[in-house]
Amino acid sequence: MTATLLIALAVFGASAVETVEALTIVVAAGLTRGWRSALEGAAAAFGCLVVVVAVFGPTLVNYVPINVLRVVVGSLLLVLGLQWLRKAILRATGYRPKHDEDAIYHREVERLSGPPRTQSGRDAIGFTISFKGVLLEGMEIVMIVLTLGLSSGHLLVASSAALAAVILVAAVGVLVSRQLREVPENAMKLAVGLMLVSFGSFWGGQGAGVSWPGADLSLLGLLAGYAVVTWLAIRFLGQAGSGPVQVVG
Amino acid sequence: MTRWPRAFALFCYEFAVGDTPELAIGVGLVIVATWALAGKHSPLGFWFIPAAVTLLLAVSLWRGAVTKART
Repeated sequence: MTATLLIALAVFGASAVETVEALTIVVAAGLTRGWRSALEGAAAAFGCLVVVVAVFGPTLVNYVPINVLRVVVGSLLLVLGLQWLRKAILRATGYRPKHDEDAIYHREVERLSGPPRTQSGRDAIGFTISFKGVLLEGMEIVMIVLTLGLSSGHLLVASSAALAAVILVAAVGVLVSRQLREVPENAMKLAVGLMLVSFGSFWGGQGAGVSWPGADLSLLGLLAGYAVVTWLAIRFLGQAGSGPVQVVG
Repeated sequence: MTRWPRAFALFCYEFAVGDTPELAIGVGLVIVATWALAGKHSPLGFWFIPAAVTLLLAVSLWRGAVTKART
């Protein structure tokens, strides 16, 4: 129960962060090159991602031994989680510029304000930019859904949490339009990074033959331990001083 | 025809390694060392991963902070 809830939260958080990034590109493409092409590109990419989950999900479950899957998935989650955690800590302490969706949006708009679109309303550039943006950000969501879902045997829970995040962020994105900077992305990245590192440690260890004391409950211990380490790292790097915090895209 | 596999391989490399090769290599070493420890029924296995991951994060943060200080 604890593990299932943590999986749903981790997938939801990670998917929300990636969807915000994808949505920024789709909105920029939609406003500059026309909504039709941008939405068609996004829908085509979404279709590709659904096919990837449908093909790779059952294949991996049926043909790869669970311990091998756990070692591979655990390692992947550890790498991904540590990357997110590192980035979020460096951003929180001013060692790395903050991610600004507004700046990215304006940069995309400037880049896309080029030749006019065709009379049919379809625009190849708008379609391609939107397709690539959704496919690349979505592929990260797919990786997280597959790794967390398959290792725990809760692929449906992971997929549903990801879908809920995509729908929620898309709905909020439509309502607030260009104010995507209001999303506390760094705090979300920090929380999701902590969860991914905890799951990665748990499954990587389990696959390598470790018996965790308290079984699933040790996930909470790992989460608490890594949260303390993160807090200490932010305090230490914050005190070390790094000059004014920049904000760029 | 070779564009798609190449692009996918590039995506996988960027996804797993990117600008933090120390994390990818370190995690690989941690998992192998854990397997060696747990394989011998050592009671040390379960605390090794959190300790090694903490060390790995510290090294990577130090590298990130030093890189920033140099630029």
